[in-house]
Amino acid sequence: MKAASQRPLPGQAAQPVIALHHVHKAFGENVVLRGVSLDLFPGENVVVLGRSGTGKSVLIKIISGMLQPDSGGVRVLGDEVTMLNDKQLQQLRLKIGFSFQHSALYDSMSVKENLEFPLVRNKRHLTRRERRMAVDRVLDAVGLSQTIHQYPSELSGGQRKRIGIARTLILQPEIMLYDEPTAGLDPITSTEINNLIREVQQRFNTSAIIITHDLTCAKTTGDRVAILLDGHFFREGSFEEVFADRDERVRAFYDYNFTG
Amino acid sequence: MDSEQSFPQPESKPPGRERPVLSAKLDAAFTSVYRVFAFLGRFFKELFRPPYEFNEIIRQCYDVGYKSLFLICMTAFITGLVFTKQSRPSLSNFGATSWLPSLVAIAIIRALAPLVTALICAGKVGSQIGAELGSMKVTEQIDAMEVSATNPFKFLVVSRILATTIMIPVLMCFFAGFGLWGSYVDVHSNESTSFTFFIEKAFEKINFMDIWTSVVKALVYGFTIGAVGCIRGYNAKQGTMGVGRAANSAVVISMFLIFIEEMLIVQIANVFR
Repeated sequence: MKAASQRPLPGQAAQPVIALHHVHKAFGENVVLRGVSLDLFPGENVVVLGRSGTGKSVLIKIISGMLQPDSGGVRVLGDEVTMLNDKQLQQLRLKIGFSFQHSALYDSMSVKENLEFPLVRNKRHLTRRERRMAVDRVLDAVGLSQTIHQYPSELSGGQRKRIGIARTLILQPEIMLYDEPTAGLDPITSTEINNLIREVQQRFNTSAIIITHDLTCAKTTGDRVAILLDGHFFREGSFEEVFADRDERVRAFYDYNFTG
Repeated sequence: MDSEQSFPQPESKPPGRERPVLSAKLDAAFTSVYRVFAFLGRFFKELFRPPYEFNEIIRQCYDVGYKSLFLICMTAFITGLVFTKQSRPSLSNFGATSWLPSLVAIAIIRALAPLVTALICAGKVGSQIGAELGSMKVTEQIDAMEVSATNPFKFLVVSRILATTIMIPVLMCFFAGFGLWGSYVDVHSNESTSFTFFIEKAFEKINFMDIWTSVVKALVYGFTIGAVGCIRGYNAKQGTMGVGRAANSAVVISMFLIFIEEMLIVQIANVFR
């Protein structure tokens, strides 16, 4: 199931698609990120693990330019996000798909309108038929073609997550950012979402950062795992490497998820 | 974990709370005022910058205008009828019931039509905009638009403010028409006055300045309702409570501002009259 990551081997030079360099972020007196650094390489899925309130979501909001870091560098696809003007940021965002924790579907629009929304505004040259084909393609990719005329309120939590992912895929992004993709879902639906994240990586050739505190999600979807603790990455490596660690904080995380 | 690259550093800001310049409350008040003007400034900037969201503007005009039409027309008809009924005894004491059409027309066209239309719409449309945008804000739908390379401000805010600014004057015209019709029904049932004579008498004392002032009032009120609803909704916080607060404050602040604007515009219009 695991896709072949293009992470460079030692001595091999490859440009990361996302490069965070000593990122600091505080909200008032609450310091959330204290010098976070991370590289994401083409075709790679990196899972950021951490407890609630450790700044995981803040991290991907900084990457997508929704939040500004207090200091540090954020380079995405070669562009320094903090230096971009509105237009440049908008162009960059066409290449980034952001899947929200609660899906953030536009509840006044049908599934079809939700999916067409970014297309109509960003690919104005497309004909109605081409738009419809794009909608069908991403709905097929997430396995929900039958929901095209339904409204978000008529969908289950898992279906909403899938449609949220489909809406990001419609612009054919190079990078996917998943914010708690399995939060609030039952184990079977969570497994389906985890498999979908892997399918997206392989089928659409994306690189992804997956924010989660669900270790099953981390194990299934991640090529690499990084644990965010006290505002910086505490451990980083493959799932097995990270959880071979005897540190009690790492063990506590593992035990809570797998031994209850 | 980071690659060997040179990073241009954004201006570094030390973490922690900054000391207030005046006092915490005064700072917050000035910051709020600044944010309102920044919001309005952004509206005018985005208004003239393509691409334009024509479909959304038309949809909002339909929502604001067509969906309020029945309420406005019913209220106007009843207002005209009751106003005429209540004014009749006072005028009949002086044998001046023939002045009823003029009196009602002046009252409706100069004051009631723009003011009552705006107050009804502040309640109906203002609360709707506040709640809708507030709900979108707290459920991250606005953020979702932003990250999908769409300008949510243009799509949500500009279209709504434009719709209210365009449609409140239109609704005001309907209010005036139905208000006069209500008045005519009462006048006709008591004095058997013909419709043509009623209209002639009604517009005898109305001049261009009266109509122009009312249109300006309706434009200003429409802008106020849209802008306040959008500001409150777009900046909603704290979940469902924030949505309720946004809807509620959109109505209260709009109504308060409408009365202030009414007073100012009447004063200015009187200078030119």
